[in-house]
Amino acid sequence: MIDFTLTETDQAIVDYNRAAALICRKYARYYDENEEEMAPEVLPEAEAFYAETPLPPKGGAEDTSPPVMMALHAMISHWGDYTIRLKRSGGGLGNAALSAAGTPEQQKKWGNLVLSMAITEPGCGSDPSRVSTSAVLDPETDEWVINGEKIFVTTGIRAEAVVIWATLDKSAGRAGIKSFLVEKGTPGFDVPHKEKKLGIRADDTAAYVFSDCRIPRSNLLGGDESISKKTSGGFRGVMKTFNMTRPMTAAMGLGLAEAALDFTREQLAEAGVEIDYMAGLISQSAAAEKFIRLEAIYDASRLTTLQACWLAGEGKPNNMESSVCKAHAGGAVRAITQGCIEILGAMGISREHLLEKWTRDCRITDIYEGTGEIQRLIIARGLLDYTRADLK
Amino acid sequence: MISFGMSEEQEIVRDTLREFAADALRPAGRECDETSAIPDELLQSAWELGLTTTQIPEEYGGGGEERSLVTNSIVLEELAYGDAALALALVGPSQFANAILDHGSDEQKQKYLPLFCGENFHMASLAQLEPGPVGEPMRPRTMAEPKGEGWVVSGAKSFVVMGDRASHFLVFARNQDGVDAFIVARDAEGLTISEPELNMGLKGLATVGLELERVEVAAADRLGGEAGCNVACLINNSRVALGSVLLGLSRAVLDYCVPYSKDRVAFDEPISKKQSIAFRLAEMHIECEAMRNLVWQAASHLEKGLDATAQARFVRTYVNEKALWIADNGIQVLGGHGFIREHPVEMWFRHARTLSVLEGTAGI
Repeated sequence: MIDFTLTETDQAIVDYNRAAALICRKYARYYDENEEEMAPEVLPEAEAFYAETPLPPKGGAEDTSPPVMMALHAMISHWGDYTIRLKRSGGGLGNAALSAAGTPEQQKKWGNLVLSMAITEPGCGSDPSRVSTSAVLDPETDEWVINGEKIFVTTGIRAEAVVIWATLDKSAGRAGIKSFLVEKGTPGFDVPHKEKKLGIRADDTAAYVFSDCRIPRSNLLGGDESISKKTSGGFRGVMKTFNMTRPMTAAMGLGLAEAALDFTREQLAEAGVEIDYMAGLISQSAAAEKFIRLEAIYDASRLTTLQACWLAGEGKPNNMESSVCKAHAGGAVRAITQGCIEILGAMGISREHLLEKWTRDCRITDIYEGTGEIQRLIIARGLLDYTRADLK
Repeated sequence: MISFGMSEEQEIVRDTLREFAADALRPAGRECDETSAIPDELLQSAWELGLTTTQIPEEYGGGGEERSLVTNSIVLEELAYGDAALALALVGPSQFANAILDHGSDEQKQKYLPLFCGENFHMASLAQLEPGPVGEPMRPRTMAEPKGEGWVVSGAKSFVVMGDRASHFLVFARNQDGVDAFIVARDAEGLTISEPELNMGLKGLATVGLELERVEVAAADRLGGEAGCNVACLINNSRVALGSVLLGLSRAVLDYCVPYSKDRVAFDEPISKKQSIAFRLAEMHIECEAMRNLVWQAASHLEKGLDATAQARFVRTYVNEKALWIADNGIQVLGGHGFIREHPVEMWFRHARTLSVLEGTAGI
């Protein structure tokens, strides 16, 4: 049944997460300004919070489904701060790839590590079929020899291992690309620097270099079987993981946008600007009118993201919806945060407040995990019943 | 519990109405627009579907089905996918009937609901909009002064949907305490009904203006009786209804543009293979999904009796903006053909432009 309300249990979970997120926000500015310092794994307040705050009940069949709650959780934690957590938990994009493409033995072996995912290279971003990092099998030692460079690797510093895309045969295009797991500390695997960014500066985005880096043959995700597949198991596997990660990145950006809206609402109230949802253009201030429009964009985006997650929970295909929510949220968070700055003026760009930071942080939403343009390509192909070759 | 899943019944309703809209409404839309008239047979055939009657309780002669605003929003989206003007006409009686059902006193329900349970199409209209620039739903210029036990209502109304055939009007007017809605019979003394207005879009849908010159209304004919009612709820309901119509219209534009762009060749390939066109279609789809979620959220909140003033306002703000963008860009995708009355896109653009200025003139 179509319903947009939270159950009591849902609400308790939301309240719990919001209380935790609010503590994290206190550290937001510091780790933005001091990006060379790693954000703490555990905040000083964590122990007291966990001791004093009773855990909310777990949701049951009568409550909102786990994928939708995951998205709500992502929204709320990012509403606190993009990076800072009371206690950071493992799990990166690489973990999703391992679950999707790894053999049961591989999942067992590496499932507990924090895994980053390295696809992008200096010369290839949105078109990963152009990956040029190479993997060559040395039959004498039964090892893969990896050479190449990866950039923009999320959680690249904290990660204990990485899932990388490398090509066995560049001339084979996307069919030649496979996923490999490389553990930190493997000789020939270097992490030269943390990237310097517009926003999400506390996040440890890294660059990786592989020079004659040797890994066991069994580190090929999906095992030897995946080599012979004409269509790339590695490629498909990762594209599949994007069905949940796209809504999650949308949710993360929306958390920042919600923080921006909350701050702007508070400031407007303090300035005595009334927001009246019934008022027309004559009796409403331009600031309030503009604010309502931003709220509407936020709500449209939030619901569309939750819808993509709800479908996943129902076990229904959500490829289009994932791209729809990602494309929508990418534009929405840009419009919302920049709109809030316009409403608040100089206060919006002052580093004494967090609005300017949220604006910088959320700008990545429309870029990573497939730019807005890539999402529109996917959606247009779906609408027009076109293949990748039909519409480029 | 957050869920986007239609009930089985809602799916059946959607499929039935989708078929009806394709068979009966889409083919009729153009002629209704060109002739500024809707054939009685069409209204009657829709009446027989029970759009208004089904959810009126059995004690008043209705079908006694559970009242669901979400289901009604789905109905309206599907009807408007066929044609927006016809959709508003077909559910026209519901705006009045549902206002009585949701907010009327027992006496008002007894008196007015049976009117909508007969065998023939019966119309009564909301009179909310007023002549003059920029509507303010909670600040009507029409005034209601107390007189004895009852009221005296004076002012002017415009865009009263199908007021040419309405037996009654629900007139929004301001009194000393705020805004109320008053039931005024067609033959009330002091009430003048204008000839149908000349509008840009929704031309098949006759709209009229009302002049109220010291029209006397009995105390019992204030909506809600003694207690009055929160007319903001009627505005919210109407915002969701109009949003549903704009949503159906937007989907119609998109679904018309997709095959057109695949057929139309320029520079040796279908224009759909150009990103400037393909991305525009993608944008239309993204916004249709986003609009529907906003409409459903507001409908569902209203159905549960929650305060949905903000959510209904989001529908009005967002859906109006995006539906207009879609209708406008539908013309652009078709190029010159978008401007020609042989294709429906120019008509849908006029419909959208007209719908987006309406307020309080529909109900689900």
